[in-house]
Amino acid sequence: MTATANSDSMAATPPAPFAAAENVCTVVSNHPVNARYNHLVLAAPPTALTARPGQFFHLLCEGVPGDPAFLRRPMSVYRLRPADGADGASGIVEFLYKVVGAGTRAMARLEPGGSFNILGPLGQGFHLDPGWRHVVIVARGVGLATLAPLADMCRRAGVGIGAILSAQSPELIMAEDVMEAVGAEVVRVTDTEGTSTVANVERLVRGRIAEGRADALFTCGSNRLLMLLQKIARQEGIPGQVALEQQMACGLGMCVCCVRQVRRGGQTLDLRVCREGPVFELEEPVSW
Amino acid sequence: MVDLSVQLGGLTLANPIMPASGTFSPDIADVIDPNRLGALVTKSTTLGFRAGNPTPRVSETADGMLNSIGLPSQGIDAFIGEVIPKYRRFTPPLVASVSADTPDEFVTICEKVSIPAVDAIEVNISCPNLEEGGRAYAMRAESTLSVMRRVRACSDKPLWAKLTPNTGEIANVARAAEEGGADALVVANTVLAMAIDTETRRPRLGNVMGGLSGPAIKPIVVGMVYQSAKAVGIPVIGCGGIMGTDDVVEYMLAGAAAVQVGTKTFLNPTAMLTIIEELEALCAAKGINSVSEFTGAVVVEPEEEGLPLFA
Ligand SMILES: Cc1cc2nc3c(=O)[nH]c(=O)nc-3n(C[C@H](O)[C@H](O)[C@H](O)COP(=O)(O)OP(=O)(O)OC[C@H]3O[C@@H](n4cnc5c(N)ncnc54)[C@H](O)[C@@H]3O)c2cc1C
Ligand SMILES: Cc1cc2nc3c(=O)[nH]c(=O)nc-3n(C[C@H](O)[C@H](O)[C@H](O)COP(=O)(O)O)c2cc1C
Ligand code: FES
Repeated sequence: MTATANSDSMAATPPAPFAAAENVCTVVSNHPVNARYNHLVLAAPPTALTARPGQFFHLLCEGVPGDPAFLRRPMSVYRLRPADGADGASGIVEFLYKVVGAGTRAMARLEPGGSFNILGPLGQGFHLDPGWRHVVIVARGVGLATLAPLADMCRRAGVGIGAILSAQSPELIMAEDVMEAVGAEVVRVTDTEGTSTVANVERLVRGRIAEGRADALFTCGSNRLLMLLQKIARQEGIPGQVALEQQMACGLGMCVCCVRQVRRGGQTLDLRVCREGPVFELEEPVSW
Repeated sequence: MVDLSVQLGGLTLANPIMPASGTFSPDIADVIDPNRLGALVTKSTTLGFRAGNPTPRVSETADGMLNSIGLPSQGIDAFIGEVIPKYRRFTPPLVASVSADTPDEFVTICEKVSIPAVDAIEVNISCPNLEEGGRAYAMRAESTLSVMRRVRACSDKPLWAKLTPNTGEIANVARAAEEGGADALVVANTVLAMAIDTETRRPRLGNVMGGLSGPAIKPIVVGMVYQSAKAVGIPVIGCGGIMGTDDVVEYMLAGAAAVQVGTKTFLNPTAMLTIIEELEALCAAKGINSVSEFTGAVVVEPEEEGLPLFA
């Protein structure tokens, strides 16, 4: 037998690499960050750590009698830290979530040391064009959770960020620190201060464009802001991306319950937010 | 060695576990190896393009979910040209599920889908028949018999008739499907249902009414499998609310030769593979050589047979 044949036969065929898994994670911490939002930190197995900004996990939230949650709940990956081979620390996946119903109430009950089954990573994430030098990120409410890892991706790519963070009131603005840590120039706008109007956000975005610091626009979390950015992008010929939400059952593309109307290739199509999305080109979604 | 294989209406399956139509697609290969399943079943396709229903298309209950997906479909040509090849990357027998608004359309679609790549056709006669005011074909024995006769005459493929639980005469419908030429029955589709948001007073589904699936419907469907299996000589495939291995055994005891798993896959895409492993271990532990030994093995004493139904 030749050495080549031998080494060929010795070469173990690696098991089929699955892009996603039911990752059984261990809860590290789970705290409120303000009156409305909680922050969940999980020690996660390797498949989960392959998540890219804009992708999501489908979370198996265990309801309790009287407050049942049956289906999984989709949640964007907020932060991710790879395993540290040197000190043996496991990789970390984090979520930032708003408690609204049975599923997120179940999440709020998770305690350190408990386990949590997260299916993923799923869907299409954000992408950066190598030609972009400056981008504008416009996030409303918990849409920030989705856009925070994009900011980190921009930093690594040497892309400058202008971030407009919108919320009901100043204390509900989140992850300003996360944004500033990656060198973003942050502007806060709120309902209570009267600064979050569409007109004011438009003024801010157009200001960045006038300065030549808006090669692309990104948004998540508000249909009003989506429509505004679509209008600006159309008028100014600027590309962009938006992360959409839709109710989901399977999260994998099988049940076709999560469709949104999207304009693509001259047609209006029903595309699955879980599979073709959640990130779409800014001009694609038919907003209402 | 436990024999997990089952004979099913013209096909041999390596094991009795397969997905339910509409709850599965090749996309699952992101998470599991579909080659380990007993068979693959496609989402129901229609003859022409269908947009499907308005969202929200699903709503959950304590123990299950409602759906009104509305059979969105690119039509049969795209199904054959684009969808079937995606399934054919995998080795298990391929069952093509078809739906049609009229018996004529059922004939056309069954003719078209009778291609070598397809191993069996699941005729979804639980969908509405527009010639009967939108009532499902399988609600009545007469319409079941006539539509199954017509598709039988146009295809040599094994035909599986998918029945609806929304009927008061499941045994008659099952017999009619057999008489019409079905090689197996799938019992059953979803249970007609509704949910209302009491705050907004709005239906929770965009299409107002929908179909209930999941553990909430299991006892209803186990009863229907029992009634159907007693009424016919062809194999019955149990489908409704299977969450684990014990549910599979229960369906088989009631008379099912195999089962389909639907909603559970949304909660755990790995569930079908877990069930296959557990089923093998269970048979080994019980000293059962062939999983088929469970089929119809429910113990009902002769004097309990045919007791009048005063529930
Ligand atoms: C891709 C994606 C990423 C998301 N990322 C985040 C995030 O990072 N942080 C966060 O707080 N929220 C996020 N959401 C929204 C989050 O999924 C919902 O708030 C959550 O499902 C509500 O569940 P519940 O049981 O608490 O509420 P309920 O209102 O009781 O939920 C009832 C049903 O409606 C669905 N549903 C309700 N609101 C939404 C919604 N906005 N989007 C989709 N389905 C919904 C639920 O999943 C459930 O099936 C995301 C949604 C999507 C689609
Ligand atoms: C989202 C969804 C879509 C479905 N689509 C189809 C379909 O296209 N054709 C069909 O015959 N049954 C369809 N069904 C019914 C399932 O195949 C199955 O009969 C039913 O869900 C009961 O099984 P389960 O409780 O295991 O889900 C669908 C069910 C669900 C939940
Ligand atoms: S959630 Fe099932 S297809 Fe998107």
